Amino acid sequence: MSQEVKSTCCYCGVGCGVLIRSEGGVIIGVRGDPDHPANRGRLCTKGASLHLTAQGHGRLLHPAWRPTREQPVQRSDWATALDLAAERFAAIIREHGPDAVAFYISGQLLTEDYYVFNKLAKGLIGTNNVDTNSRLCMSSAVAGYKQTLGADAPPCCYEDIAAAGTLLIAGANPALAHPIVFRQIEDARAANPAMRIIVVDPRRSETAAIADLHLAIRPGTDIALFNAMLHVLIAEDRIDRDYIAAHTDGFAPLAELVGECTPQWAAAICGVAAEDIVRAARWFAGSGPALSLYCQGLNQSAHGTHNNAAIIHLHLATGQIGKPGAGPFSLTGQPNAMGGREVGGLANLLSAHRDLANPAHRAEVAALWGIPSVPARPGKAAVDLFKALASGEIKAVWIACTNPAQSLPNQAAVRAGLARAEFVVLQETFADTDTAAYADLLLPATGWGEKEGTVTNSERRITRLRSAVPAPGEARHDWQIVVDFGRRLGQKLGNPTVDRLFPYKTAEAIFTEHVATTRGRDLDIGGLSYALLEQRGPQQWPFPEGATSGRQRLYANGRFPTADGRARFVAVRHQATVEQPDAARPLSLLSGRLRDQWHGMSRTGLVPRLFNLDDEPCLAMNGDDMRQRQLADGDLVRVSGARGDIVVRVVADAGLAAGRCWLPMHWGSRFMNSAGVNALVGDAVDPHSQQPELKHVAVEVAAAGLTYPLAAIRRCADVGEALRLLDAARTLLPGFAYASAGLYGRASPLVVWRAAAAAPVGADLLARIDDCLGLAGDSGAITYRDARRGIDKKAVVDDGRLRGVRLAGETAALAWLRQALAEGELDAALLRFALAPLATPPVSAPPRRIVCKCADVSDDQILAATAAGADLAGLQESLKCGTFCGGCMPDIKRLLSEQVQQHPEAA
Amino acid sequence: MSKPRLVLIGNGMAGVRTLEELLKIAPDHYRITVFGAEPHPNYNRILLSPVLAGEMTLPEIVLNDREWYAAHGITLHTGRQVVAIDRGRRRVIADDGSEAPYDRLLIATGSTPFRLPVPGNDLPGVIGYRDIKDTDEMIAAAREHRHAVVIGGGLLGLEAANGLAQRGMTVSVVHLGRWLLDRQLDETAGRMLQRALEARGLNFLLGRQTAALLPGAGGRVGAVRFGDGAEVPADLVVMAAGIRPNTGLAENAGIHCQRGIVVNDTMQTFDPRIYAVGECVSHRGIAYGLVAPLFEQAKVAANHLAGYGIGRYAGSVTSAKLKVTGIDLFSAGDFMGGDESEEIVLDDRPAGVYKKLVIRADKLVGGVIYGDTTDGPWYFQLLREGRDIGAIRDRLIFGQAFAGG
Repeated sequence: MSQEVKSTCCYCGVGCGVLIRSEGGVIIGVRGDPDHPANRGRLCTKGASLHLTAQGHGRLLHPAWRPTREQPVQRSDWATALDLAAERFAAIIREHGPDAVAFYISGQLLTEDYYVFNKLAKGLIGTNNVDTNSRLCMSSAVAGYKQTLGADAPPCCYEDIAAAGTLLIAGANPALAHPIVFRQIEDARAANPAMRIIVVDPRRSETAAIADLHLAIRPGTDIALFNAMLHVLIAEDRIDRDYIAAHTDGFAPLAELVGECTPQWAAAICGVAAEDIVRAARWFAGSGPALSLYCQGLNQSAHGTHNNAAIIHLHLATGQIGKPGAGPFSLTGQPNAMGGREVGGLANLLSAHRDLANPAHRAEVAALWGIPSVPARPGKAAVDLFKALASGEIKAVWIACTNPAQSLPNQAAVRAGLARAEFVVLQETFADTDTAAYADLLLPATGWGEKEGTVTNSERRITRLRSAVPAPGEARHDWQIVVDFGRRLGQKLGNPTVDRLFPYKTAEAIFTEHVATTRGRDLDIGGLSYALLEQRGPQQWPFPEGATSGRQRLYANGRFPTADGRARFVAVRHQATVEQPDAARPLSLLSGRLRDQWHGMSRTGLVPRLFNLDDEPCLAMNGDDMRQRQLADGDLVRVSGARGDIVVRVVADAGLAAGRCWLPMHWGSRFMNSAGVNALVGDAVDPHSQQPELKHVAVEVAAAGLTYPLAAIRRCADVGEALRLLDAARTLLPGFAYASAGLYGRASPLVVWRAAAAAPVGADLLARIDDCLGLAGDSGAITYRDARRGIDKKAVVDDGRLRGVRLAGETAALAWLRQALAEGELDAALLRFALAPLATPPVSAPPRRIVCKCADVSDDQILAATAAGADLAGLQESLKCGTFCGGCMPDIKRLLSEQVQQHPEAA
Repeated sequence: MSKPRLVLIGNGMAGVRTLEELLKIAPDHYRITVFGAEPHPNYNRILLSPVLAGEMTLPEIVLNDREWYAAHGITLHTGRQVVAIDRGRRRVIADDGSEAPYDRLLIATGSTPFRLPVPGNDLPGVIGYRDIKDTDEMIAAAREHRHAVVIGGGLLGLEAANGLAQRGMTVSVVHLGRWLLDRQLDETAGRMLQRALEARGLNFLLGRQTAALLPGAGGRVGAVRFGDGAEVPADLVVMAAGIRPNTGLAENAGIHCQRGIVVNDTMQTFDPRIYAVGECVSHRGIAYGLVAPLFEQAKVAANHLAGYGIGRYAGSVTSAKLKVTGIDLFSAGDFMGGDESEEIVLDDRPAGVYKKLVIRADKLVGGVIYGDTTDGPWYFQLLREGRDIGAIRDRLIFGQAFAGG
């Protein structure tokens, strides 16, 4: 008997509700929760394949440790592991003080997990060294909100998208990064064709493609743009002077400052036309409610806080806030970055949006926790935390649910910090993230579908997650691990009250305590409980005791959570990016996301078909810049920055102006032979938010001179085999100037490995490649060798079906071979041609066309299903086609009607 | 005025092909007389293997029947062997004492299977494999006897072995080399061939030296003994360890011979009235045993006999095929390569196809194909023409349809 429980998607901050179907303790499916307000049943491709990531692959299943970093991990047990951790932490704390230890946690933890981590550090140990990967993601949005509106609270809700007259989308690419929000944007535009969409992005992103106005500003010039827009609004008297007078402070100095920020001035800085800046300002003020949607493009900047403030100014100056369809709406990156901040899970925060710097707030928290005090000294924010590991100031770090050995900037320094650390604990769902290599102790945590607790999404909506299946192996919930550790550490530290600090038997007990800390605060959820969330579904905060519902949008009354109730204008000035392109590094490298991958791929990297759109990280580059460097599509290039270089493949992108290039952020050392884009990016941070400038670095790009290509593709019986072989293929990544390893999949899952060298490689290495990919031996082998040219190719055939190919020296056939292997279709007589230098298949493949790109469904699949009697609903149910972006619906309907005409009996 | 007389000694493929070529360009130039030692008109000796294997019959392999000779006014003496050439009187003398005068003489006496100089090589049941008579003897032996040993794992030996096996005999092939067809194939292809033939029931004894043929019951050969003392039963021994050009007649007539009748590029012997073609010839030091070069020689000899004087034979690049049904192999040129050569190899085990092309200075100089010889003629053409293959090198081994001409 299968059953369904309610949960949420664990990817982005949209916070879509999902229904997890399980049977016999195994997750067998997932669908969008039709009742969840965030998505109303919709899911993106990543969300819709979540169940495929929860099949037990790659899991860390029992505690493990290694005596030295050079040694492989050994199995341990919980009691031993936690005693060891407590012993080491206690010893370091006793000798060096509480600030010698740190916790680096994650916006993907649940609120309850976050709460106990925060209490462990600040309440028990007495250090504020607890920071999270939210620092890399939302801290500028937080600081921006707090500087202007007084609290870390997105004032808007998703319904505002439909009500907006103008959408100003800046530094965000919801089409790929927040797909369900993008669906809502598409719906809103369909319902209101007059809606104006302005997209501010240095690159013509997938979102920019639907814009009425795309302002492709120079990277990092957002403040100049927004200030110039404010200049136009003031000059043309499109501001709401009454609102400014009644509800804000600080407008005059800012107005004076932006007096110089003419559209012409900004046009020169931003690299866009002055008229377009004027047009954007007029649309913003003159098309009904104006809603801004923004994300990492504003946040991941050394002046990210002011980027946020500058866009919020536009709303305050026009009174476009606190009413339907209006407001500055920060799109959260991670599923629970919001919840983490609500419980104070950052080095500068305390529970319930309290500030560490505020003595009264510290006293309140100490009182709530029943302890004498909480430490006043601010903790180390993410970048500083890892620098302190490198300097020896921090000696032990506990990392949970995140992968700093990929996600932090200036990877060489981060890894040096991890290597220097005396004791590294990694609490993880997956066994082999990049960070795992640096861990002395590995603690298995439950993952998506197993956990229970709450998360808060971008629109302040709290959803309760129910566990669908039991914890696998010896994995425990994150909060349980922390509580267990906390009690042991308290005993070692001789703290008699530790059991009172961590009395929790359930996640609900933690939530109840968290609720209590919020009373009277801006995010007061005194009226919420697990029972209420269970009965009435997800709720927005605030939801104080006695309320009947949460507040849909904030600041409708014009009162802000500042001392005087007024919002603040901040005198923000244009600042350049930290690194400026120069003669040596003339290109601006931007980074971003792809549709089908999430963060560092530890989860999406388990699903073969999520590699079908992109199975290799490619540098997108302006065509003229490529020509100047004599580069062609598909060439391998060396991207060099001040901190090092990486080699990737280059593709021309007409959506990038000269001087700009773009790289997806997802690939790290597990899928390629470098740490990826963060090997290049510097670690300069915003002075207010401490958020690093992850989005921009100056680079040069040159041909890598790797004329000897290698590739191997292996068809696998199932995903388990594919992941085992992928692990083996990973051992082949080091040692090549370029190498990547990934999956691919349609009918069969594949492992795809690519590499390149400057000269032909030896037979030993080829044999090792064959070994790793299960292509060794003579049985069923077809080989092609031209020793003079260093060409050595091999195909292996089982029962007339191609099992895999390994190409060295010449890889022209890679793309069609990958397709043929994934489809399992290659005429037996043509197998030999797998080794021919053919860029296209030797015979015309069956006329197949992918209709639904989201679900990867082809026309022949649709025709086969309709021939078997499926109608539109049946197709959507069985193939999932047309259930994502819906862009293919006309095509699907046409195929259906054609089928009905040809076979009326099928109707 | 009477026409000059042309006498052909040897009614085989090379000689008669020369006549055909000659008749095409100068039909009335000569009065022609042909002596053939065999009692048959000209037949296709290459097709003796299918006849042995039971896949063809003798009438089917006749190239020129007696009517053909008559129609062209050719005097044909079959079953009559020429025993002497009187160059002074310009006459040939046959074994029955008859004589025929010539103005031009064409020698096409062919070759004889080499008989290993071992004891017992003249026992009954020990034969070469050359003509219809040998073929008939093998067919007869297969009816009455069980064990056949073929000495020599070359083209002819394997064809004989295959034919005998087809006719139900237990056949062992004895071969001195390390692999079969070692003059045509590299080791990989030779091993593939061996496996394929073993699958058909043939036995192979490689690296074995035959020491003696031992008599069995009734004085007929009964066993083969090797250098290491081992023996195998043999009711029939087929010697297929090479051929020797038939030069005795020419040598006795004082014509210069050196491992063949020495001819120049016009196929002329040291006696300007006498031409020679075929397996009896040594041209630029090479005696050819395959039919294609012989036909090229025939064309040149006919040109000169016709008095045109413009053809030149510059030697042949040979290619080999094995006439065993179901086994396709092709070999041409310098297929073993060497230090100066480069090799491209495609080894398709699932399909049983192996190809090796040998390249020197961007030209194809040799190749071996086993399993799918569709492109053999194309490679052979590229090889003979010395075409630059640099531009199609990476596609070359996938064949003409793929690489383009």
